[in-house]
Amino acid sequence: MKEKLVVIGNGMAGMRTVEELLEIAPDKYDITVFGAEPYGNYNRILLSPVLCGEKTIDEIMLNDDQWYEDNNITLHKGVKVTDVNRKACTVTADDGTTIDYDRLLISTGSDPFIIPVPGHDLPGVIGFRDIKDVDTMIETSKSKKRAVVIGGGLLGLEAANGLIKQGMDVTVIHLMDWLMERQMDDISGEMLKHSLEEQGMKFKMKASTTEILGDGKVEKIVFADGSEIETDLIVMAVGIRPNIELAKKIGLHCERGIVVNDTLQTYDPKIYAIGECIEHRGMVYGLVAPLFEMAKVCANHLAEYGIGIYEGTITSTKLKVTGIDLFSAGDFMGDETTEDIVVRDASRGVYKKIVIKDEKILGAVLYGDTIDGAWYFQLMREGTNISDIRDALMFGQGHLGDSGHGGNVVANMSDDAEICGCNGVSKGDVVKAITVKGLFTLEEVRAHTKASSSCGSCTGLVEQILESTLGGDYAAPEAKPICACTDHTHDYVREQIRKQKLTSISDVYKKLNWKNDDGCAACRMSVNYYVISTWPEESKDDYQSRFINERAHANIQKDGTYSVIPRMWGGMTTPKELRAIANVAEKFDLDTVHVTGGQRIGLYGVKKEELPLIWKDLNDEGLVSGHAYGKALRTVKTCVGKEWCRFGTQDSTGIGIKLEQLSWGSWMPHKFKMAASGCPRNCAEATIKDFGVVCVDSGYELHIGGNGGIAVRVTDLLTKVETEEEVLEYAAAFCQIYREEARYLERTAPWIERVGFTYVKESIVDDAAKRKELAERFKFSQEVTKSQDDPWTERSTKGVDAHEFVPLKVIG
Amino acid sequence: MSNWIEVGAVDDIPVLGARVVKNGDVDIAVFRNSNNEVFAVTDSCPHKQGKLSQGIVHDKSVTCPLHNWKIDLTNGEALAPDEGCTGHYATKIESGKIFVEIK
Repeated sequence: MKEKLVVIGNGMAGMRTVEELLEIAPDKYDITVFGAEPYGNYNRILLSPVLCGEKTIDEIMLNDDQWYEDNNITLHKGVKVTDVNRKACTVTADDGTTIDYDRLLISTGSDPFIIPVPGHDLPGVIGFRDIKDVDTMIETSKSKKRAVVIGGGLLGLEAANGLIKQGMDVTVIHLMDWLMERQMDDISGEMLKHSLEEQGMKFKMKASTTEILGDGKVEKIVFADGSEIETDLIVMAVGIRPNIELAKKIGLHCERGIVVNDTLQTYDPKIYAIGECIEHRGMVYGLVAPLFEMAKVCANHLAEYGIGIYEGTITSTKLKVTGIDLFSAGDFMGDETTEDIVVRDASRGVYKKIVIKDEKILGAVLYGDTIDGAWYFQLMREGTNISDIRDALMFGQGHLGDSGHGGNVVANMSDDAEICGCNGVSKGDVVKAITVKGLFTLEEVRAHTKASSSCGSCTGLVEQILESTLGGDYAAPEAKPICACTDHTHDYVREQIRKQKLTSISDVYKKLNWKNDDGCAACRMSVNYYVISTWPEESKDDYQSRFINERAHANIQKDGTYSVIPRMWGGMTTPKELRAIANVAEKFDLDTVHVTGGQRIGLYGVKKEELPLIWKDLNDEGLVSGHAYGKALRTVKTCVGKEWCRFGTQDSTGIGIKLEQLSWGSWMPHKFKMAASGCPRNCAEATIKDFGVVCVDSGYELHIGGNGGIAVRVTDLLTKVETEEEVLEYAAAFCQIYREEARYLERTAPWIERVGFTYVKESIVDDAAKRKELAERFKFSQEVTKSQDDPWTERSTKGVDAHEFVPLKVIG
Repeated sequence: MSNWIEVGAVDDIPVLGARVVKNGDVDIAVFRNSNNEVFAVTDSCPHKQGKLSQGIVHDKSVTCPLHNWKIDLTNGEALAPDEGCTGHYATKIESGKIFVEIK
């Protein structure tokens, strides 16, 4: 028999929890939902666009009646729960329904706070909370012209903006010195006011309402200073009050909201509560964003998985008013212990302030140019040490070369502007998916539109679109889980693999409560890497958790054929090798022979069955796999160095070959490229490689963290050394710290930006003992995993994975 | 007229792996999951014809190696939110041998 779950409140929080629950434990509960509003579940945060006439009610519905039916959920619409008997575990509603529950979820949301001045109960005084309020505003605007909005916060300004769009003359009343004082500082608040005034909004600041007058309906509002304004409509948007009436009545412990613990459980263990009606660690949330994190945790506990705790949410704010671009997050005011970096450009209407403490971002407020809001927010949440990028921080993330989508100003883009160059997804496609399908997270947008699901370089743009479409209600998750199969992050999983000595994927999935036995393509590849890189001796590589390229030791092409790229040590080759490649190309009819960017030769259009035959021919002439298909060392690019070049200072090809011999065959979090240039002219382009050597007369400069791909990043100079032995030791140590600490599929460049160059430098340069240990561990891993046994030879002559290359059967 | 053809032993396919059966011009991908169930679909993703036999198998689905579409192996349908379908073949196992129904 299924248990019974009753949900009081048919809003976003409650239904999000139900959706999460259905995903992980679809058959656990018979679910009944009570909703006081006569509608299905709608996206409350899009009420502003409805008021502006940009969207219809139908467009903001999240779950229609069909959804409840499809999921066997009993929905009581327009029915208010009046009592709960906690002893008998029953719920009673105002239509006389009484039903049992095993678990109860309270998600009654919040009510707008109505200032109890005389006259507050006159017709024409409303909040801005639900469809009914919006209907009243639109209806009033058809016959009346004057409106007053009390409250110059986020909600009030959106209401005022909507009323102006409906043709009304609107005055905003605000108690404080500047607008949105909880999200803006005085300067940006003043800039905002100025922009809104240009759009026709009127303001009365530092004004306190004393009385509302009218004969049977609102006519006039009176202030403490004796002044008054005539009006036909008053919208109170001065804050919300958690709706805890029912919870109080049934004796649940409440402060400002219903008090819950980190699992969203109330003082009655059978009763959970979520959303704007709760108080968690002293915080009451009025934005939608935290709901998603709460819903995940709550659903997990309702499903009795018992993992995941809610630790609170840092929220950021964006205002959904056309033509106004503002962003704020965290502590943007600062105090005597903090430092500010400020840019103020009055003629461009741009103001940016970042508040910093101990080299970490505490908060930010951006006005007029909010492109980098998401980036600052990320740096803030991750607690990144920004000392290394401090001088460039204000210029934003986009000041570096960023291929595929130049410009980067989402707000100014037209709907047909391409966002995702890999999958051909336009801004309009993304916006439509967000609004029509009711999406809230990056993952959802990826699933529905494919935007940012390939190379990922447009992730920031997609997050910006989410932000600008959903406004303050979008929040990137604090720490992203590896994938939908788990709630754990990459870092947590890896830490547990180390601590609990987990040596296989199945161990990890069992011990860390994976949601399904097999995982998925994303987590299997990640976890396999973490297991084998943490326990090289004790673990066994899981072949079926490798991407096809690493199983077949060749790159799959779009037509299902493969490419073959043999290694050319340090970019050097011989007539004999070239002849072998030419012979193979002719023998197997391979028309496309390409010189790669990494100083090698690629053969394309190879049938999978023929791979071992080709490898055999190449092996016979001494050629081995170039690992051009792997998350591994790719190439070491070199120039000819002092042996030939009149400028050369050291043997760059020689050191390149030694570096390649040291590190080839080693699995990494992502591909890894090296280069060695013979002089500072840097013909081998060592300063855009993961590890680069630039020879100088007195020794070798070592550079790390460069990238020539998606976002061009120039290396940081790690140190200068004098001997080849040192170059090799530093290279091994750098490879190993990257192998051990970067997340799977994180190149060295973003990894270094995340952990800070200083950290890497301290680990490798300043701490000689640590460097030697890292280098030793790298060599140990190379030896114990026999990573330098050529995978092509194993498959061409030693019969490894023979099944991979022959059909199971040929029929017909 | 249905025609059950023996294509090999269950153990010829790695757990969570796939092998290809060549049927004239058509490649059929035959999968084995962690419960030793066997499935067969046309070896061509409905999206851009990626070879599904080269994908990663999990539960009763496979992730296409080209663009990460997930295909339900029990019916050849793309899993939501993607839409599309590839050919599906009935399979059965008798005494450790796999049979695929070719119509």
